[in-house]
Amino acid sequence: MTTATSSRRVVIEPVTRVEGHGKVTLLLDEAGKVSQTRLHIVEFRGFERFIQGRPYWEVPVLVQRLCGICPVSHHLAASKAMDVIVGAERLTPTAEKLRRLMHYGQMFQSHALHFFHLVSPDLLFGFEADPAVRNVIGVAQKYPELAVQGVMMRKYGQEIIKATAGKKIHGTGAVPGGINKSLTEAERDEFLKQLPQMLTWAQSALDLCKRYTLDHFDELASFGSFSSSHMSLVRADGAMDLYDGQLRAVDEKGSVIFDQLAPGDYASRIKEEVRDWSYMKFPFIETLGPDKGFYRVGPLARLNTCDYIDTPRAEAERKEFRKLAGAKPVQATMAYHWARLIELLHAGEKIEQLLNDRDLLSSERMVRGGQRRGEGVGIIEAPRGTLIHHYKVDENDQVTMANLIVSTTHNNEPMNRAVKAVADRYFDGRPVTEGMLNRVEVAIRAYDPCLSCATHAMGRMPLTLTVIGADGRELQTLTKEG
Amino acid sequence: MRVLVIGVGNPARQDDALGPALAEQLEKLAIPGVTVDADYQLAVEQAAMIAEHQAVIIADADASGAEPFSWKRCAPSRTLDFSSHGVSPQTLLGLAEEFGGKPTPTFILGIRGYQFGSLQEGLSTGALRNLAAAQAFLEKLLREPELLESLPATPGIAEEIRSSRA
Repeated sequence: MTTATSSRRVVIEPVTRVEGHGKVTLLLDEAGKVSQTRLHIVEFRGFERFIQGRPYWEVPVLVQRLCGICPVSHHLAASKAMDVIVGAERLTPTAEKLRRLMHYGQMFQSHALHFFHLVSPDLLFGFEADPAVRNVIGVAQKYPELAVQGVMMRKYGQEIIKATAGKKIHGTGAVPGGINKSLTEAERDEFLKQLPQMLTWAQSALDLCKRYTLDHFDELASFGSFSSSHMSLVRADGAMDLYDGQLRAVDEKGSVIFDQLAPGDYASRIKEEVRDWSYMKFPFIETLGPDKGFYRVGPLARLNTCDYIDTPRAEAERKEFRKLAGAKPVQATMAYHWARLIELLHAGEKIEQLLNDRDLLSSERMVRGGQRRGEGVGIIEAPRGTLIHHYKVDENDQVTMANLIVSTTHNNEPMNRAVKAVADRYFDGRPVTEGMLNRVEVAIRAYDPCLSCATHAMGRMPLTLTVIGADGRELQTLTKEG
Repeated sequence: MRVLVIGVGNPARQDDALGPALAEQLEKLAIPGVTVDADYQLAVEQAAMIAEHQAVIIADADASGAEPFSWKRCAPSRTLDFSSHGVSPQTLLGLAEEFGGKPTPTFILGIRGYQFGSLQEGLSTGALRNLAAAQAFLEKLLREPELLESLPATPGIAEEIRSSRA
């Protein structure tokens, strides 16, 4: 780590503990106060070109390479889009339930991983604690049971994914029109055997996070916070549904902006703005315009948009969570963590429901003979938020167009606002410290952006913070080797 | 000796595929006592796997290391580089030590790659050549894993193993 003098422009590149190549730029005024913030995220670009000309049935496998941490989300969103292409929107009960099991396994492992290994160091040791302690090994030493739980919950979810999707790198579980493997009784029984422990640990993590949030709510309520609209899939009856449903958006007061919007109609309501300083687009709800139409997705948004959760323990927790803001949506950025752990418990309950359903063992896995279409949209609620896959396929079965809107793109403007809110509060012209930087990262990590996560080869991920004066001079640089 | 080999990388990002490509080849060999795993990134649950083995080799593409490959011992460390999208070998090893209660000898096989920028399948010519060299080296080593502890870091690692077998 190297340091120079004082600053006018602060650049953090990339954001530590948020994978890949992210960069935060803080533009300071003459008094050293933040005048503007910019979160730059390097997207996984070139996918459209990569996918064009490929036969449509290859797409659910190929798209898993977009993200190594949630390949299942891309796998399932692409499979849903291709279901439309082959005229198989209504799957067999076995196929839909196996896909749901795969998805809830993914949600379970991802949420557990995020909490125990990204969030718990900050919550357990404090935002400004010594980085030598504030890390996952520090958690493992001081709270060994928590670290073990985090790893074992992640492993449980991964095993469910392996049983339903196949290999980690070449998962082929879902195919257009269905799924190609049922669960065996032995696999089901093993998952059921471990489940009570998983549910106990999920509840325990939720209790820890809830207690922390409520005990520190005076500080957390305003930390990186702002008002926004929220969007997610919901079921026809308004219930939370992470695998399927229609789009609903609510404004900052909780009033419905649109509801039961079919996935294929997403483009009629959601537009994308381009800004000259960022490769990543800024989606907005058209009727509200680019300035006021930004919205959040992910666990917080899902808790704000749904009318209820259809599993009893998570529903009781949702009711308690929503008391934070009365009838309005909860807007606190740090409430993402609490919301995420309610979903962790919900995912565990859904896994339990599914494992006790004998449809999982059936061989009725495929729908055939549907009406072939040239265009399909698949939407799923990925761990980090709404994921849209949109494809066009020609008469030769080759993909001619692909458009993806990932959760991190939906959350682009919100993340920028979160960074601005933190910077306004903690950056006051003094030299930047690691603790101050970590506060910025705490706000970003609440959204857990999926950056360009594909290339990680050794020697390619230095972590650098640069402070540049108003005259363009570089005044401060912090480098952490990744 | 039970040895775990983890190949890390993305098959759709050119030479980033070196780790999984090596893992795929090793899996076909089915060497007794060797467990082979492959993933896009290292992940925390692999700490539990590491703790269950007596030695670990992490095979990864290296964008700037020695040709055709480098070999070094990995030491645990406490870093802030952890993300939900991957974990460094050093952090993973530190976590494994906490779980297992003892250090697991862990080595990094960095196979030199050259092209990483595009979303494209297939290794470059140079990477293919380096992969073959790394595979030959590792296969010999895995058939006599007791040599693991005695091998120095690169350079000259390939010669070291050849001479140790002579």
